[in-house]
Amino acid sequence: MRFLFKTDYEDDIRLFPHSGYVVSYGLLLAILLIAPYVLSSYLMSQLVFVCIYATVGVALLILTGFTGQASLGHAAFLAIGAYTAAYLQKYNVPFPVYFLAAGVLTGCIGALVGFPALRLQGIYLVIATISFAFIVEEILARWESVTNGNEGLRVKALSLLGVTVSRDSPTFYFLCLAVLVLTIVGTLNLLRSPTGRAFVAIRDSETAARSMGVNVALYKVKSFAISAAITGFAGVLFAHKLSFISPEMFTLQLSIEFIIVILIGGTFSLHGAVLGAIFIVMIDPFLTYLKDDMPGIIAGIAAALGAGTATAGNIQSKVAAFASLNGLKGAIYGVIIMLFVLFEPLGLYGRWLKIKLFFQLFPLYKRATFKRQKIYVKSERNR
Amino acid sequence: MLDFVQQLVSGVALGCVYGLIALGFVLVYKATEVVNFAQGDLMMLGGFFAFTFIGMMGLNYWIGFAGAVAAMALFGMLAERIVVRPILGYPQFSIIMATIGLGYFLRSVAGMIWGTDDFKIDTPFSQGVLRIGSLVLAYDKLSVIAATMILCALLWLFFNKTTLGTAMRASSENMLAAYYMGIPVKRVVSIVWAISAAVATCAGVLLAPITFIHSNVGLVLGLKAFPAAVLGGFGSIPGAVVGGVLIGVIESMAGFYLPEGWKDVAPYIVLLAVLLLKPEGLFGLHARKKV
Repeated sequence: MRFLFKTDYEDDIRLFPHSGYVVSYGLLLAILLIAPYVLSSYLMSQLVFVCIYATVGVALLILTGFTGQASLGHAAFLAIGAYTAAYLQKYNVPFPVYFLAAGVLTGCIGALVGFPALRLQGIYLVIATISFAFIVEEILARWESVTNGNEGLRVKALSLLGVTVSRDSPTFYFLCLAVLVLTIVGTLNLLRSPTGRAFVAIRDSETAARSMGVNVALYKVKSFAISAAITGFAGVLFAHKLSFISPEMFTLQLSIEFIIVILIGGTFSLHGAVLGAIFIVMIDPFLTYLKDDMPGIIAGIAAALGAGTATAGNIQSKVAAFASLNGLKGAIYGVIIMLFVLFEPLGLYGRWLKIKLFFQLFPLYKRATFKRQKIYVKSERNR
Repeated sequence: MLDFVQQLVSGVALGCVYGLIALGFVLVYKATEVVNFAQGDLMMLGGFFAFTFIGMMGLNYWIGFAGAVAAMALFGMLAERIVVRPILGYPQFSIIMATIGLGYFLRSVAGMIWGTDDFKIDTPFSQGVLRIGSLVLAYDKLSVIAATMILCALLWLFFNKTTLGTAMRASSENMLAAYYMGIPVKRVVSIVWAISAAVATCAGVLLAPITFIHSNVGLVLGLKAFPAAVLGGFGSIPGAVVGGVLIGVIESMAGFYLPEGWKDVAPYIVLLAVLLLKPEGLFGLHARKKV
């Protein structure tokens, strides 16, 4: 175990507390950089989605994890970013310009959403953001001159500095990765600045933050704007990756998925956004695998345990029938959410910290280190 | 004028459905300050239970209705025991997420068991209309309105006049203090879930003739009942019904008088406006934290 001896504030807020961080993150970056030349094209495509989801996850973490303002409307911000890109692209606006424009526009709209949010708390805020998302979805479906309504918009491959970058090329992956890394580094810097400290103060206690001189209203609006702007950037990449966007892609379901990303990853650290994104994006290929291969494997096990060929075949067809049931994905989603809330409230990153601490303190690890404190409900009405 | 009254009545009937679901939200919220995102799905499940009893097993309507309500009350307790009780006392957000997960699960499982078709339950009110002058009112809609009023009154009396109701309000105000005062908070929460599942079942059975039962009906209607509960102030029983009726009337008026597309968003626009002007809803309590 390494002990860090900190002598001043600069030591405390360092991005890389010691050389081990540089080595491990450098290694991770190197692996990510050679990934497109090793992995299959399907996995690469999934990896691009991981980058996009993780970017949105980081945005949501700024708002929900660090400022404590829940939002179930981030699909709408993503949609605004995506549609801005698609619309401006039609008029031959170059990529860097509409990329920035999408972020700025989404950020402004995020700030506008932030204003009503100043007076709202808890569940009221959740509902206000849901309402906002519904209204945006309906506008996208009805404002046909711009959005082409329910028929959707086609998005051309993006061209950067005169080179066309197709959505499956390694260059597009590097672009998404660069956006993700820049977002993470930017957010880390934000969180160690006075603004970030103010966010966390608001999350922990609004009353206390206010009495320490934090302008709560200003920082809440800022948090909304920053979170929305990052989601807008992700929206541009999302539009290019899908190459076709329509209003029914940006429903409440997607907003819930984003919340699940940070819930599963862990809401207290940026690692959570990335881990959660990996989990959410990889669940699809995993379910496909389950559907295709599991029946055979289970039948094989049954045969090995002494079941006859007929019984094994019977089991195989039954498992296959179960695996191809229509709603299985939704049920698995639901169970996963419930299991995480019940048994792993700190998310995947929390589990990683537990494992790490177990080996650091071996054999002195005790479970109570991570025990949640019961706070019991005191009426929100008096908060 | 006749059109207007006709729209008004159908809006009120639709609104009562929202109000019934919103009642479930409010019940759970009043007793535990938890928002149950699976409320609409409990309603859907209740409708399917009733369909199984009445439509598939051929029981009498009232017996099937009562059976479904009883079964769902038990199911509500079970869901509370498994999903909510272990995290009681932790931040609200985790409980909300758990109920979202429960909703996902119920929707898909119902889809697996009963399929994704629309189902219809034959009720004694299915046929027949009441004519007042040239105004035509269908019995099934009137039955929803009547049932909503009765349930609302009963629940209001229960919460404000009985000991158990008082205990529920106390445990919502401050759970730990309620424990210290000798209120069995766990049992109270479990009873609240049973009641709200039962109310949801009533909603599901009553609206079966109007909207049909399918596995996504809970999500669709639940999301409309949500603004209803907020409009009414999330924690006020008459407020839930009034909010529901308002949302229903706004929706049907917008569908009739405004261009296409407004019908679905009008309730949300009104909701945002109300939240801007009066963040605690129409019937909400206003309170400030004492430091």
